[in-house]
Amino acid sequence: MIRLSHVDKAFPNGALALKDVSFRIGKGEFVFLTGHSGAGKSTIMKLLFAETRPTHGEVRVSGYNVSELRPDEIPRLRRRLGIVFQDFRLLEHRTAAENIAFALEVTGARRDTIAARVMRVLTQVGLTAKSRAYPRELSGGEQQRVAIARALVNDPAILVADEPTGNLDERATRGVFQLLRDINAGGTVIVMATHDLDLVRQASYRTIELREGSVVYDSAQDEPDEAEAAR
Amino acid sequence: MRLLTREALLSFRRAPLLSALSITTIAFSLFTLGLFGLVAINLRQALRGLEERVEIVAFVLRGTPTETITLATQDIAAFPEVQDVAYVTEEQALARASRELVEFRDAYRDLQVNPLPASIEVRLKEGYRDAAHVEGVAQRLRGFGFVNDVRFGRDWVRKLDHLRNVTGIVGLVIGLAFAAVAVVIIGVTIRLTLLQRAREISIMRLVGATNWFIRGPFLLEGALKGLLGGLCSLGLCYAGYLLFRDQSGGTFAGLIFFHPVQMLTIVLFGVMLGLGGSLVSVGRHLRHV
Repeated sequence: MIRLSHVDKAFPNGALALKDVSFRIGKGEFVFLTGHSGAGKSTIMKLLFAETRPTHGEVRVSGYNVSELRPDEIPRLRRRLGIVFQDFRLLEHRTAAENIAFALEVTGARRDTIAARVMRVLTQVGLTAKSRAYPRELSGGEQQRVAIARALVNDPAILVADEPTGNLDERATRGVFQLLRDINAGGTVIVMATHDLDLVRQASYRTIELREGSVVYDSAQDEPDEAEAAR
Repeated sequence: MRLLTREALLSFRRAPLLSALSITTIAFSLFTLGLFGLVAINLRQALRGLEERVEIVAFVLRGTPTETITLATQDIAAFPEVQDVAYVTEEQALARASRELVEFRDAYRDLQVNPLPASIEVRLKEGYRDAAHVEGVAQRLRGFGFVNDVRFGRDWVRKLDHLRNVTGIVGLVIGLAFAAVAVVIIGVTIRLTLLQRAREISIMRLVGATNWFIRGPFLLEGALKGLLGGLCSLGLCYAGYLLFRDQSGGTFAGLIFFHPVQMLTIVLFGVMLGLGGSLVSVGRHLRHV
């Protein structure tokens, strides 16, 4: 589903945000990207939804080669992904249902199918009662649920979440994380950038740790070695 | 299409002050352009009146047989530049002089011999009243053996020619300058809307909207603002025209206003300016986000 091969990403000033990053993520995986601020997590996220391009190396997402993507192909790639941010990125003047419907409208979905699809994802995130509420009327956790519902409404194969719990209290964090686990259980690949190690420890999902732009730990590769070493 | 219209109208509702400001600036830009257009069409109308008086007079040698003149008149009437030809006999010339030059009426009455020659008066079609064409026709008239002299007010025609050229060039330059100003103003107002909605645009891009989908409402918004601005400018021009015509104490009673095709052109020009301004602004914005 996702493959990064020897990816470098340089800032305009020449400093490297990513250095020789390589990993693969297969179907149905839930992967944590961890590391301190500035480690390169968000840069990898941006590469995944073609917000930026690699300076060197290859990034493949859902069959698209991000390095060679034409501008008109970027929207097509993004329609195959669900994207969730720390700051929710909801439209303030639209209700929860309208925010979700917006993601369908911009992709030219048939009007008669929109209401049903919106209700389906609102049910999935447990917010049917708040469908007519505006973002300012919702708690942080609820806003993030609406953002997740918007990310899910196009039935993406991959959900990219950049610090989705970064702005939430502990209870809301648990709720949102559980929701992402449920989504993953349905077969959707989840790539979640976080620096919340408590959350990472709660589940035994694959973890890729970044430090100063390089992968320093990938549980999928390192654990067998460690296990071997322990033996 | 419904979404496009809804999004475009939403921006009017969301930022009524900014929208009103945009429409007002477009209206005033086009109003200035329209006022200049009004001056231009009225000047052209006045020039047309003067041009109609451009006449070539070929004086005929005394004693030329009438048949020769009649045949020549038919030939001259067949020139492509010629609108009409009139033969004025010596008697008609005298009668006209007595009628028009009242102070010499008594002198003409006492004449034993008519001193005025017969003449052929030629008026040219519209579009052929410039110095070059007038000179060409005069030259051909001189070729007739019975023509003694040809007069057409050479300097006057040249001055008219010059005035026409200057008016055209000044009109074009000022018109283009105002159009450029209008495009910049529309571009700036659309850019303000874009900045106001930058977050929304970034979200649209993240959920997979194409650039054309994002551009659509802004283009429609620009076109609508151009349309409204164009209509307002026409209203302002008409008010200005009425005020000038009615307050001039009859001096400018003959002023004309745009005819429907010209009015439609102004409004369409407004729409084109609106579209152009939006296209430039949105294109630049999308390249940078």
